[in-house]
Amino acid sequence: MWSAGTLESSPISSDDESYETISTDVLIVGAGGAGLRAAIEAFDKGAKVLIACKSLLGKAHTVMAEGGIAASLGNVDPSDNWKVHFSDTIVEGQFLSNWKMVEIFAKEAPERVLELEYYGALFDRTKDGKIMQRPFGAHSYRRLCYIGDRTGLELIRTLQDQVIKRGIDYIDEVVVTSIFKDPATGRVAGAMAIQLRSGKLLLIKCKAIILATGGCGKVYAVTSNSWESTGDGISLAYRAGAELMDMEMIQFHPTGMIFPAGVRGMLVTEAVRGEGGILTNVKGERFMEKYDPKRKELSARDVVARSIYTEIMEGRGTPNGGVYLDIRHRGAEYIKKRLPSMYAQFLEFAGIDITKQKMEVAPTVHYHMGGVRVDPETTETTLKGLFAAGEVACGLHGANRLGGNSLSDLLVFGRRAGLYAAEHARSAKIGSISEEDIDKEISRILAPFKVTNGSNPFELKERVAETMWKYVGIVRNEQDLRKGLEEIGRIRLEAKHVQARGPRAYNQSWEACLSLWNMLIDCEAIIRSAIERKESRGAHTRSDYPKKDNANWLVNIVIKQKDGQMIHELVPVPKIPPDMEKLINTDEILVWQQQEKREQLLVRK
Amino acid sequence: MSLRKEERREVVLRIFRGTGSDRSKDRYETFTVPYQKDMVVLNAIHYIQSHLDSSLSARWNCKAGRCGSCSAEINGVPRLMCKTPVDRYDGEITVEPMKAFPLIRDLVTDVSDNYRVAKMIPPFTPSVATDHVWRMYQEDVEKSQEFRKCIECFLCQDVCHVIREHKAEYIGPRFVVKAASLDMHPLDALNRSAFMKDNAGLGYCNITKCCQEICPEHITITDNAIIPEKERVVDRHYDPLVWLYRKITYRSVKQNAKQ
Ligand SMILES: Cc1cc2nc3c(=O)[nH]c(=O)nc-3n(C[C@H](O)[C@H](O)[C@H](O)COP(=O)(O)OP(=O)(O)OC[C@H]3O[C@@H](n4cnc5c(N)ncnc54)[C@H](O)[C@@H]3O)c2cc1C
Ligand code: SF4
Ligand code: SF4
Ligand code: FES
Repeated sequence: MWSAGTLESSPISSDDESYETISTDVLIVGAGGAGLRAAIEAFDKGAKVLIACKSLLGKAHTVMAEGGIAASLGNVDPSDNWKVHFSDTIVEGQFLSNWKMVEIFAKEAPERVLELEYYGALFDRTKDGKIMQRPFGAHSYRRLCYIGDRTGLELIRTLQDQVIKRGIDYIDEVVVTSIFKDPATGRVAGAMAIQLRSGKLLLIKCKAIILATGGCGKVYAVTSNSWESTGDGISLAYRAGAELMDMEMIQFHPTGMIFPAGVRGMLVTEAVRGEGGILTNVKGERFMEKYDPKRKELSARDVVARSIYTEIMEGRGTPNGGVYLDIRHRGAEYIKKRLPSMYAQFLEFAGIDITKQKMEVAPTVHYHMGGVRVDPETTETTLKGLFAAGEVACGLHGANRLGGNSLSDLLVFGRRAGLYAAEHARSAKIGSISEEDIDKEISRILAPFKVTNGSNPFELKERVAETMWKYVGIVRNEQDLRKGLEEIGRIRLEAKHVQARGPRAYNQSWEACLSLWNMLIDCEAIIRSAIERKESRGAHTRSDYPKKDNANWLVNIVIKQKDGQMIHELVPVPKIPPDMEKLINTDEILVWQQQEKREQLLVRK
Repeated sequence: MSLRKEERREVVLRIFRGTGSDRSKDRYETFTVPYQKDMVVLNAIHYIQSHLDSSLSARWNCKAGRCGSCSAEINGVPRLMCKTPVDRYDGEITVEPMKAFPLIRDLVTDVSDNYRVAKMIPPFTPSVATDHVWRMYQEDVEKSQEFRKCIECFLCQDVCHVIREHKAEYIGPRFVVKAASLDMHPLDALNRSAFMKDNAGLGYCNITKCCQEICPEHITITDNAIIPEKERVVDRHYDPLVWLYRKITYRSVKQNAKQ
């Protein structure tokens, strides 16, 4: 068996074009919740599995998830069931979700959570010894299972232990740079990767690939996301010819830290509001009473984020440019018990004791509802043999993701990706990869070493992130979006001459060059979709089209490559069948009567 | 902290540079970066990468003290770079890679051996079937939950003198914490005492508590994990019933057996 150890030998020169070849059935790109769950399933179904991830095993972005994992176990509120979870998800997704995906999700989430417990996770408990559940924004019932405020860490550690126990192969600190297709069949045949530690190139031949690369928050300057969240998977899929969808749907979390500057954007978990935290402006007004009198602080994320934004923009923000979030009334003991990481985070990073002082918060980029378009049941993308699960995939959350729905998404669709990729691998043969494709990719990825006096990739990444924050932010308009697109275009020109400095081994400036290129593709897709959607829906708010327009915009915007150009298509959202529609609890159910107009849309295309 | 924050304009860092494959070129380089209020060491490293020397390598991911990637030795003490304010130090700040692990480059070390050790530990093995909803009680899960806060930064492994001296024989504090987190799971069936004694080298630890002092998650490694694990080894040796009694939470077992 191939092992990571064989890669650690003498240093290589920067122009070394040699590569090592590895073969497997299923290659899983990413070791967050989705990737690890996929690996377990594919392995248990008999496939040979290799996990490749960009950070160390066990350090994926998922470890940051705090609030919990949504599943309608009904342990605290016995009236809860999958149907209500289905309805909540569809309604808050503003009818942009794929209903079939939501149905599968709501039905399977409880099993997946229990399975996590059987794998060894230790959730907080109810009085009668069951898994505890807490309230969260826009969930009708107390539905989030949790472990203090480190649910993601427990999820990762538990799955990581299962991966280690099974002896599933993994290579960490490995960056996958491109997907190869068999020229004859057009199916997935493998991938190119670099091993950071040694700087070596790897050719991974496989029958199926599961993208589980997470989100793309790092394309924004203010974000709660990790280093690795550069949207590589989106770019990998797009470049290989798969379709992207709903790219404009970026979730701004209402509450991020605003100082110190070095941690700007760091998440203040929604659990603070779930546990009773109150938002006030500089005048001391509890402003959510105005925007959503019923749900107040526990309204949907897009609503709370926009409300905070409005308060700040209209001059009622704090001197630091945020609003106050206050949990002091809960008492020191309660706060330290229920929100220990938040207590520590403010104390350690900002020198603020949240049991005694108010927090100051402002919106931060948090989650990408858009991503790679997948089949709702199998998670297969529009490219044969390429699967996607987790944040990189698209279709479940529509125009707004509910808190806690991501972690259950990872497990439900991670498992399904593993299952169907293994099934695909059983019948598929290993494809062939053309020498020409390999050579092209190698010269593409080694180019940054050949440049002299080139630009600094870290600096360009910062510029991309500032551009997106400035022009493609929480409230958008056509003029700004176009400026953003132009600026991204300018950076793309400079990025051609970006330089990797230093030796090949653990060269982060090299990785920065590669992820910069990926980010530029993601940004272009985000901006083009944002320009196209001429309405305001969920996370996508347009000041020049402030209203939701069900007559014209119950469509998903699909992005793909055609003759080397980025093009888009409008595809009507799949209609919810009547028996499922009955489950949906909203005043807005009439949207489906707009069916005729939606059909006309097809004609317009 | 004699220097008042307002007076500070810049931060001077002395950073280790070198490559694992050629230790003859080990050196220190000094960088001066502009000071920002409440900045942490990792912010300074990022400034260097973007503006002064993009070839500097330093591992990080979450920038929020949650992933345990950015471990390094700051003025000789193992710490997370993303959680260490520069204001802690008056003068020049020396940043070096963890010394207990082989160097890859600059501040990045090879921590892969930890995953080999992780594999040695007998995994969670439920004592009850998985065909019904498990019952466990908050007071019973809390002990184990403390250990599950571990972010695998491996700073405790770095600081432990036993690891530095007898690497091969002792699994180290991180993994005693891991074993304890499994042992104290109310529904775990295994007895890891023999493993802890014979394979894990627990006897090497002489309870200096250095690990406990530096743990960024404030896990009471020595008092709550190592000492109880040592006691289990002794109990188990003399009295399996005592072991059984300590391990199993009576209520959990009774409840689950009923189902
Ligand atoms: C602070 C914070 C708190 C959150 N809290 C919650 C919560 O309480 N509940 C909830 O449901 N959701 C929450 N979320 C959202 C949720 O955590 C994420 O959506 C989810 O973890 C994404 O998981 P993933 O498996 O899709 O990918 P990730 O965990 O992001 O993992 C991506 C993986 O892909 C790898 N990768 C990326 N690019 C490459 C490449 N080119 N080559 C190789 N590997 C690559 C990475 O190394 C990593 O292993 C939170 C998010 C944040 C930021
Ligand atoms: S208490 Fe034991 S494990 Fe911890 S540092 Fe000292 S010798 Fe090492
Ligand atoms: S026990 Fe503490 S110091 Fe050791 S690896 Fe875990 S978090 Fe780090
Ligand atoms: S970068 Fe994650 S702990 Fe410091």
